[in-house]
Amino acid sequence: MAHVVEVRGLKKHFEKGDVRAVDGVDIATREGEYLVLLGPSGCGKTTLLRMIAGLEEPTEGEILIGGNVVNGLPPRARGIAMVFQSYALYPHKTVLDNITFPLKTTMPDRDARREKAGWAADLLGIGELLGRKPRHLSGGERQRVALARALVRDPSVFLLDEPLSNLDAKLRTSARDELKQFQERLGTTTIYVTHDQVEAMGLGDRIAVILNGKVRQIGPPQEVYSHPADTFVATFIGSPPMNLIDRGDHLIGFRPENFLPLEAMGSNGNNLLEVDVQVHRIEYLSGDRHVYATTSGLGPDDAHIIARIPATVNAGVSEDSTQRFAVHEKDLRFFDGESGLQTEPRPVRT
Amino acid sequence: MTPAHRSNGVGTVPADTPTHERSTPQTKLPRRSVADSEGLLAKLFLLPTVAYIIGLVAFPFILAIVFSFSDVTTGNPSLDFVGLRQWQTILGSRIFWTAFRNTITFTVISMMLIVVIAHILATVLVKDFKGKWLVRFCVLLPWTTPVSLAAVSWLWLLNSIFSPIDWVLRWFGLIEANMYYLGRPVLAMGSIIAVHVWRIVPVATVIIMAGHMAIPGEINDAAEIDGAGFWRKLREITIPLTLPISAVAVLFGAILTFADMTVVFILTRGGPTQATQVLSSWAFFKGIEGGDLAQGAAVALFLFPLLLAAAIAILRAVRRSEVI
Repeated sequence: MAHVVEVRGLKKHFEKGDVRAVDGVDIATREGEYLVLLGPSGCGKTTLLRMIAGLEEPTEGEILIGGNVVNGLPPRARGIAMVFQSYALYPHKTVLDNITFPLKTTMPDRDARREKAGWAADLLGIGELLGRKPRHLSGGERQRVALARALVRDPSVFLLDEPLSNLDAKLRTSARDELKQFQERLGTTTIYVTHDQVEAMGLGDRIAVILNGKVRQIGPPQEVYSHPADTFVATFIGSPPMNLIDRGDHLIGFRPENFLPLEAMGSNGNNLLEVDVQVHRIEYLSGDRHVYATTSGLGPDDAHIIARIPATVNAGVSEDSTQRFAVHEKDLRFFDGESGLQTEPRPVRT
Repeated sequence: MTPAHRSNGVGTVPADTPTHERSTPQTKLPRRSVADSEGLLAKLFLLPTVAYIIGLVAFPFILAIVFSFSDVTTGNPSLDFVGLRQWQTILGSRIFWTAFRNTITFTVISMMLIVVIAHILATVLVKDFKGKWLVRFCVLLPWTTPVSLAAVSWLWLLNSIFSPIDWVLRWFGLIEANMYYLGRPVLAMGSIIAVHVWRIVPVATVIIMAGHMAIPGEINDAAEIDGAGFWRKLREITIPLTLPISAVAVLFGAILTFADMTVVFILTRGGPTQATQVLSSWAFFKGIEGGDLAQGAAVALFLFPLLLAAAIAILRAVRRSEVI
């Protein structure tokens, strides 16, 4: 079966400033999948999306949609729909005219267009807003109009470019949930660009972590989180990020929630890596305790470590004290000292 | 009392605010200077502008109104009130109505051409291409060329015997004899309009280019994704979104065109047989060259209420437009 969207060896080179925005990317989506392109700003994820949409021409490489090479085809011929960061609603048109705009070339009958727009509007719960102009809508309503406009084209793939970044923090959580439900109901393949790892973890069936125009890792959220391919992925995903301790030719890493006071670690102590840490500060965040500490017991130098103690663990920890913490050996990750790539486990006890 | 009520009462000023510090300054502070007084400073800075407007705009304008109700001429500068006589004279004159018609033709056709050409140039100039600076330079050139210099070139270009335009057209076999651009009524008006459009297009392009650049890039992208081709994008996105700024450009252009007499004065002096006479040039010929200050003032004032009404209407429409 053909992939909905596939890119092969895709490169984009901007003459101005000699930037390699996208530097050899190979990705293939699966049918009905929610693929998130995650990376810091300027990593090339939006350029990649714009090339798939047909708004930018790649310097090198192929783009396939539904099995056909679409390089050189205009956006309208690619069977895609895109939602922009600013939503890009037409400010002088009513919500109804915004939603029917993409249909005018394909659906000559005016009533059929209205019916289709009404269907999309009802699906998104904006049926009452059809007569309004975009500037009389709230941020969340604008986002729904933009989605409705994308929806009426019956695209084979949705391309979403940071559609939540213009919403305030409170609205973002509920909008994220709605986006996910919406996509699950339609079952349409979706490529979603974001720099927010929380959105990526929450929405994606798979996450592609991108840095400097290259895909560093692609996989389901759990895999990317617990088996990061390199130190960049390890620190970019997770809040607080993975602890990394430099041991000369290699680094060891472990997630803050796996690093707990010894007394909270249970009985099977033979697989534990134990170490004394100096606790400096404790933050209470959403019931969890974030413990900021240093230790000299894990590598040649003193290392800063963050531990996240879940609300369910009662172990007493106090600031400005030395305490014994431990991490399961199975939760340790190993990275090469030079390339930063994940490597085979090494003996950790000295 | 609920806790919320109680907490409202706490928000007052604490009782031990140190009020005595303000009344007994420890060191002597520098005295306030003129530069510290914003009210005085504002008046000072406004003064030159106000003086300029009163002296060179308001005073001549009121003088013109007074003149139009008098019988003042350059030969007899005494002001005698004659009521509406001058107005009746000009409204009864055939040349006045010819000039009025010509003014409207001149303005309407010029403005249509200016807006269309400026939109085309703006569309080109917002794109990125090699040699853009050269195109931009050429577009802006007519605006920076002194009128006298431009006039000499245009007089030569449109000359009845040596016109290079005729020469080129003859070479291509399009015409057989010279055109006498400034000697035939319709061609003369056409020439006037062409030169005026050439002069005003640069400034209109700059204004309309600002409108084109103000359209967010994502809106153009969205239209492209939604399947709008060039013409549909132009009709449904670009033109509606640049309408307010086009209206401003039209307003500026129309006022410049209505009030302009340089092109007419240089190329045709209103001829042949008043075919290119416009109100402003006729006011000049009558009032300054003919010496009849009173009638010249009446002619010049005739369009003022119309222009004012048009300006207010356009500015209101722009402010009320629903674009962003």
